[in-house]
Amino acid sequence: MKSQKVRRDTGTGDRIFVIVMYIILILLLILMLYPLIFVVSASFSNPKAVAGGDMILWPVQPSLDGYRYLMQYTEIWTGYVNTVFYTFLGTVLNLAATLPCAYAMSRRDLKGRGLLMVFFMVTMYFSGGLIPGYLNVKQLGLLDTRTVILIGGLVSAYNLIVCRTYFMTAIPMEIQEAAIIDGCDDFQIFNRIVFPLSKAITVVMALYYGVGRWNSYFTEMIYLKDRGKYPLQLFLREILTRSTFAQTAMAEGKSFSVEEMMVLIKQADTANMLKYGVIVLSTAPMLLIYPFLQKYFEKGVMIGSVKG
Amino acid sequence: MAQTKRREREAAPRKKSVLRNWRLYVMCAPAVIFFTLFAYKPMYGILIAFKNFSMRKGILGSPWVGFQNFARLFTSYWFPVILKNTLTLSLLTLVLGFPIPIVLALLLNEVKSNRFRKTFQTISYAPHFISVVVLCGMVTLFVSPTSGIINKFIAMTGAEPVAFLQEPAMFKWVYVLSGVWQEMGWGSIIYFATLSGVDKSLIEAAEMDGASRLQKIWYINLPVLVPTIIVLLILNCGSLLGVGYEKVYLLQNATNVSASEVISTYVYKVGLEQSDFSFGTAAGLFNSVVNSAILIVANAISRRATRTSLF
Repeated sequence: MKSQKVRRDTGTGDRIFVIVMYIILILLLILMLYPLIFVVSASFSNPKAVAGGDMILWPVQPSLDGYRYLMQYTEIWTGYVNTVFYTFLGTVLNLAATLPCAYAMSRRDLKGRGLLMVFFMVTMYFSGGLIPGYLNVKQLGLLDTRTVILIGGLVSAYNLIVCRTYFMTAIPMEIQEAAIIDGCDDFQIFNRIVFPLSKAITVVMALYYGVGRWNSYFTEMIYLKDRGKYPLQLFLREILTRSTFAQTAMAEGKSFSVEEMMVLIKQADTANMLKYGVIVLSTAPMLLIYPFLQKYFEKGVMIGSVKG
Repeated sequence: MAQTKRREREAAPRKKSVLRNWRLYVMCAPAVIFFTLFAYKPMYGILIAFKNFSMRKGILGSPWVGFQNFARLFTSYWFPVILKNTLTLSLLTLVLGFPIPIVLALLLNEVKSNRFRKTFQTISYAPHFISVVVLCGMVTLFVSPTSGIINKFIAMTGAEPVAFLQEPAMFKWVYVLSGVWQEMGWGSIIYFATLSGVDKSLIEAAEMDGASRLQKIWYINLPVLVPTIIVLLILNCGSLLGVGYEKVYLLQNATNVSASEVISTYVYKVGLEQSDFSFGTAAGLFNSVVNSAILIVANAISRRATRTSLF
């Protein structure tokens, strides 16, 4: 019975295909894992050994110097706290604005639904662009505020449409009808019935918005001046550019006085001590969380592909 | 079709009524206010592309200059450079980055071992979650001519080290290949999931007829992916001039700028760093008009040729 069901690759061509396929996949796997392992290993190695190119895969002269250094570098912790704040509060705001709206949009008895849909979808294809956007924020008096970081990307039209599709297809209308008969109003239907049934889409959205917020740097770079409000990614960028700044500057043919050079070299040294540790520290939360949510975001990509 | 119609009628027994549904409008309010303030209001700001904008006079008060800003853009030294760089980066991304996830999904679909496949998928998503700052930091470290690991491998083969980020000709490869590395696993999710919709009986019938693996992939699996491929291809065409500033800006330096300056980074530099707001807005507007035009053309071609379209 079993031997009949399992088909073997009998032809020579098929056997070669399978071998080539596994070789390709394993090579890809190595290609994807290697840089990640390298960075983690480097963060636990002696920074001088890494800079000298002695480290290939596993830590060389294992040390925690990089992390010890990191503990003393207070700006990174300011950044970390800011990033956690922006990510958590921001994502909660994202969900609070996106989910109820998507639910309302999923209701067939909402008058003007088509018009609202167009209103939202236009923003996917047209925008004012970088500079009108900046001038708008300036005019609203939101430059250099935490507010603009939190509400600047409050709703993404794409996510809104994904959620709407989910509510339309995954929540049985009959339950909502029953609730109406029991005297529930629309807020209660959403809070007590629809939202509790929407764990999958809530997780997907939290992940999409959350990852975007955790990793974002450009908006913050444009709108924030006060270093006390900087997220981790901005400090990270500084450290990563500093470590190669002297090199790049010389390659570009700039000349410096001896004192300037000393300062640059000292900054580069500090940055070299820090960089791998800070990469690990900033990336680890995302890389540790996503495998547990994998089944959700695969679902999310699929809902998104259903033409709504 | 008739069935969905009936269901729709059943699902909406209540009449549409603005008054009775006021709570639903309240639910929409935050999103509507947000888009009005942060998406539509800036669109009005596009006007300054046709004006000589000054902060003091405001958008309305600044004098009209017609297409003067555009004329300046088209005749500037940088215009052909940024146009060429933007097209080079996006076309190369399309040519390399688009097919690879498809091939990957088709290969993964052939893997019999569930464990191997799941592990592969989990690992292949990891790069997607790395921030662009970290990605560019890693790239810079890895390709460094003195201490970078890639140049160590190049040195092992006896060749000369390559200064990838100082050599303008190498910039596109660094940009595109790092992008492929980051997104290939994530990009394959949608194709892989679509493949689960392949009719199993077709595969069995093909096996009866002695079809080889490649034949099954080519004649059964690939055709299932075609609609998805077309929709994503149209979307990709719509952003042919949409090379983002985030990554280019981080990989850019004074030695590779001739190959790395793209429209969006140019807009940023001219518009925000040099505060030439009108000129920057004009460059940005040119970019999005061309993008929309390409999207509409690609959509129309696809609707005629394959009957698949976005809108």
